[in-house]
Amino acid sequence: MEVLVYLVPLAIALGALGLAAFLWSLKNGQYDDLDGAAWRAIADDEPAG
Amino acid sequence: MESTIDFSHYLKRAGSGLLHLDLAVEGISCAGCMAKIERNLSKMPDVTSARVNLTNRRLALEWREGAIDPALFVGRLAELGYKAYPFEPAGAETREAECARSLLRRLGVAAFAAMNVMMLSVPVWSGNASDMLPEQRDFFHWLSAVIVLPAAAYAAQPFFSSAYAALRGRSVNMDVPISIGIILALAMSLFETATHAEHVYFDAAIMLIAFLLAGRYLDQNMRRRTRAFAGNLAALKAETATKFIDDDEIRTVPIAAIRPGDIVLLRPGERSAVDGTVISGRSEMDQSLITGETLPATAVAGSAVYAGTLIRSGALRVRVSAASEGTLLSEISQLLENAMQARSRYLRLAERASRLYAPVVHATALLTMVGWLVAGATLHDSIVTAIAVLIITCPCALGLAIPAVQTIASGALFGCGVLLNSGDAIERMAEVDRVIFDKTGTLTLPELDVANATAIPADVFEVAGRLALSSRHPVAAAVARAAGAKAPLEDIEEEPGQGVRGVIDGIEVRLGRPSWCGADVAAHEILCRDPETSVVAFRRGEVCHVFAVRQRVRPDAAEVIARMNRMGLAVEILSGDREPAVRAAATALGVPQWRAEVSPIGKIARIEELARSGQKVMMVGDGLNDAPALAAAYTSMSPVTATHVSQAAADAVFLGERLAPVELAIRISRKAFRLMQQNLWLAVAYNLLAVPIAMAGLVTPLIAAAAMSGSSLLVMLNAIRARRQKREMP
Repeated sequence: MEVLVYLVPLAIALGALGLAAFLWSLKNGQYDDLDGAAWRAIADDEPAG
Repeated sequence: MESTIDFSHYLKRAGSGLLHLDLAVEGISCAGCMAKIERNLSKMPDVTSARVNLTNRRLALEWREGAIDPALFVGRLAELGYKAYPFEPAGAETREAECARSLLRRLGVAAFAAMNVMMLSVPVWSGNASDMLPEQRDFFHWLSAVIVLPAAAYAAQPFFSSAYAALRGRSVNMDVPISIGIILALAMSLFETATHAEHVYFDAAIMLIAFLLAGRYLDQNMRRRTRAFAGNLAALKAETATKFIDDDEIRTVPIAAIRPGDIVLLRPGERSAVDGTVISGRSEMDQSLITGETLPATAVAGSAVYAGTLIRSGALRVRVSAASEGTLLSEISQLLENAMQARSRYLRLAERASRLYAPVVHATALLTMVGWLVAGATLHDSIVTAIAVLIITCPCALGLAIPAVQTIASGALFGCGVLLNSGDAIERMAEVDRVIFDKTGTLTLPELDVANATAIPADVFEVAGRLALSSRHPVAAAVARAAGAKAPLEDIEEEPGQGVRGVIDGIEVRLGRPSWCGADVAAHEILCRDPETSVVAFRRGEVCHVFAVRQRVRPDAAEVIARMNRMGLAVEILSGDREPAVRAAATALGVPQWRAEVSPIGKIARIEELARSGQKVMMVGDGLNDAPALAAAYTSMSPVTATHVSQAAADAVFLGERLAPVELAIRISRKAFRLMQQNLWLAVAYNLLAVPIAMAGLVTPLIAAAAMSGSSLLVMLNAIRARRQKREMP
């Protein structure tokens, strides 16, 4: 069971990392326009003409 | 022809020589529009960023200071086929957005903590059944405590502060039992962890917080979306005023930049956006939007002009007494305030439920503790069981039951052109049994229209329409609109006070007063038949035609009223207009109950009389004179063309030319209300099932977690049924 010494902090660190990523995305305004974001993913990058 | 707006009021500095402008854009409907606008505007020189927000239909622009005039952007957007207006977020909208952001952040923290704690809890649950060492279990419990306690302290603050505020005001709301439940669960779990016990409830507590925050966020998001849309509508109205910057020079400025004391110019065909007093000039003015009276009044120096007044004949110089949001009659403002207070006494369904709920739950928990003590259990065990009862009854499903339905129903309402001003409007609309309509601007369309269009030959109509484009008179504008005229005729001259004339193929054409066109007889005939009508005559060579111009009834009004009657709703018309006009409309629409020449006070009196006899009245109106009645009624709606004050006083605003949204709003609300009640009953049924188990002391953390998520899921799924209404839309 000594493996817990590594695994538990690792699991918590991963969780904290996820939370940090979420908070960053929130702060970055990623949730301000959910409708638009859905379409941007499939929009063409280059002007069509 | 059209002067450009002065944008300086809306420009913001974005640091390091950049300027920022927010535009509300009409016509953005899909991803294609988004890509087109962004691509084209970013190509303009000096533009550093152009980003469309598809959710609230806005465009944020940034460019290097100096070279570009912001009017260029609006021009470019117009070339692309979009109308854009500068936009300034209202204070309320900014606050709502901030609040939603904070809720989402707390929800994120709670959800991540819940996930991580669940990772620790599942081994403990399975370990309890097999061979986990007590030391390992304690270790996992402590770890859970370290994760949950700070997360809960942060994430549950909205509940704590709301409960504290309620308790200080000596009342109880839903957040009181929630806070007590959370605090007791956490405290007990900490104590149990310290005493090496088998069961702790950290996971249940943080999960509860996460679910409840999800409900709050949904609720908040719905309000935010409506507010953003309403903000756009205000911007799209593009209210500008022509302001004198010195004695002769005028400039078109946004209405937000007008201050009391300024002098503005009101030209024929314009709607005043300010309250003020006439300094010079003489004009007929149409105050139907304010008083419901359709006959024009005459304004001379010294007359008062109110926002919403349509200037019909001459230009006026007006000194502004109140601009923009401050505009309204003081008497109406007083009535409005009183009426608003009366409505705030309405108790929301959720509040009623929580008033019943808190005492029952707390009594049950107390009873459980006493019962176990009497039965001979230790004090510790009795308290643990009682707290388990509190945890399992914590109103998780209850907290989601109503916001979930509200969110989905308001989405459905949004889809058929109804914007809600207040979250509890759905509950009140569902209970309506009588609908009172105002006539002018509500049952009729606010714009004038040609009533005898079928009697006029198409080619005459077309020429008259093109000729009418050269006049600013509202009656002529109605002819131009009805003809769908786009291209004005060339070399048209205006005869002041008479009309416009020009020459086509060597034949003289005139549009204007019947006497000027020699069409007195025909005009007199029309006026005798329908005194409400304004007439304008058209003459080509020796041939005359007379256009009867009046406000037209909304195209589907009669149908909608018939359908409402079939739904069991009583329909009534209360109008400030004169009797013959109201009688004609009532007869045409098949409404037997109507009253004419009703003052604002009279409207309130009628609504109160109906309220005393136990009727739940919905008022639908648009004028300034309707605003107090809108606020006094049990619930209210107004068309989007209504005055600011009426829109603010109404529970909901509907878009478009049709009256159908009023009927749909009631239908959707009724269905949503049924679902809310069902959800509350589901929550009660869940409690009836779960509480006896908890009282018996059989609830383990596993059961608590399963029960909580199960009931929340059930309530959410039931709420989604509110969406189905959409299919019944015409």
